[in-house]
Amino acid sequence: MTTNDVAVRVRELRKQYGRKTAVDGVSFDISPGETFALLGPNGAGKSTTIEILEGYRSRTGGEVSVLGTDPAKGGLDWKARLGIVLQSAGETGLVTVAEQLKHFAGFYPNPRDVDEVIAAVGLEPQAKTRIAKLSGGQQRRVDVALGIVGRPELLFLDEPTTGFDPEARRHFWQVIRGLKAEGTTILLTTHYLDEAAQLADRAGVIAGGRLVDVGGIDEIGGAGARVPLVRWRDRDGGLREERTQEPGRVVASVVASLGGEPADLEVIRPSLEDIYLQLVRSVDPTAAPEEEVLA
Amino acid sequence: MSTIALGASRIGYETKTYFRSPDTLFFTFLFPFVMLAIFSAAFSAQGEVGPPGSEITIAAYYLPGMIAAGILLSGVQNLAVDIAMEKSNGTLKRLGGTPLSATSYFLGKIGQVFVTGTMQAALLVLAGWLVLGIELPTEPEKWFTFAWVFVLGLVTCALVGIALSAVPRSGKSAAAVVIPIVLLLQFISGVYLQWNMLPSWLQDIASLFPLKWIAQGMRSVFLPEGWEALEQNESWNLPGVAIALGIWLVVGLVLSRVTFRWIRRDA
Repeated sequence: MTTNDVAVRVRELRKQYGRKTAVDGVSFDISPGETFALLGPNGAGKSTTIEILEGYRSRTGGEVSVLGTDPAKGGLDWKARLGIVLQSAGETGLVTVAEQLKHFAGFYPNPRDVDEVIAAVGLEPQAKTRIAKLSGGQQRRVDVALGIVGRPELLFLDEPTTGFDPEARRHFWQVIRGLKAEGTTILLTTHYLDEAAQLADRAGVIAGGRLVDVGGIDEIGGAGARVPLVRWRDRDGGLREERTQEPGRVVASVVASLGGEPADLEVIRPSLEDIYLQLVRSVDPTAAPEEEVLA
Repeated sequence: MSTIALGASRIGYETKTYFRSPDTLFFTFLFPFVMLAIFSAAFSAQGEVGPPGSEITIAAYYLPGMIAAGILLSGVQNLAVDIAMEKSNGTLKRLGGTPLSATSYFLGKIGQVFVTGTMQAALLVLAGWLVLGIELPTEPEKWFTFAWVFVLGLVTCALVGIALSAVPRSGKSAAAVVIPIVLLLQFISGVYLQWNMLPSWLQDIASLFPLKWIAQGMRSVFLPEGWEALEQNESWNLPGVAIALGIWLVVGLVLSRVTFRWIRRDA
């Protein structure tokens, strides 16, 4: 069944809340050392899927293996190999950053050095500040620090950078790249598609409880979704566009036919965000399984 | 680390946060002191009270009741509100995702109740003795009774508090659910109102709950001979105290075990 060459294995996962199906037959694998992004709109089944993998929720059907263990039966030894960064919480924060990290480090058999973790998330100046007194973004960094202090083999990051300013986000990406370099497997959910593009090796897109597509970050959505678009204005000012695999040739021919520089010329390569939006919009949550748009 | 070592680490952490929380500090730790001061001052004009030959000051009468109230607050009110808050603000969910066992978590809670409850009782006795001039018992048997009523009462109240924490639907409503229960018990169990002045039907109702028995056990320690005549059946009934608290301890333990979840159960 489960072998050591997959960190996470999900097969036909289903979760039913009463008569509502939150997750409907989701399957994917995550290899050790890989960073996998799970993308999808709110209410698509992302959080339910991730909470089943973390062992918080039971499943209605399907098979799940996380680090070789069924999360529904995962014990403390199994939890010691995970790092979980939940969506932001509202804890009272009566202890300092250093106190909290030292305390949590004590739960794990082989924790990271607390001072190094504090430095890695850039909270050295706040180490002796009570968590309640930190800004939202700084508190989020404490969440991340608590998730990695146990030296996890598999790290869950559920919307980790919500509320970060652009500089903090870039700093956070550096931290995650460091963890990747050490071989940590990461499951990431995020609403920032540029974040997924920066960090993830592969991505899965969930919509309406189903996995719409899964693949490498530069393959997802299929080749068709990545065809560049050339846009320009012709002589009478009308906006023209053309999808083409050969944008250079199109631009050359436009220049030739206009006899000069075209106005507002653009060559647009669809970003991950464009592809994602296209994928999600193509899914009707109530659609029958056969209408799925698998690439 | 072992379950016990982690439990010890939790006790330190829990005690630290207890004393950093202004609400807990006032409404749980200091509240019995405030009430003792108010009642002693309010009724000081009454002079001494009690059966002929066993008269004591009103402050001396209220001391055992306030020690009992402290046990109830440190256990039931403190833990019921605290755990309900931790459930709703994400603390429990975060801990549930770590290799901390539920046993260590509860060792931390019960240990915190023990540390803070002991400090509270010790300070109440000291304040009563030094500030209010209350005469303390000298017989070792009395202090032995104090010790077992205190420990049994505190553990029972801690377990009942853990069980009660499952009742509030949210952290915000926790205080509103728990405080009226705790307050009502203090009124009917001989803490705020003199026990022998309550009608017997109310005494019978109070006897269904643990606070009445803790207060009775504490009165047996701190009130002089002759006062037992004002108790139900004119006796301190210490075996009854042990049995009633023992039953509540088991009830609290079973309910705690059955109701506890790191996160709210799936719909």
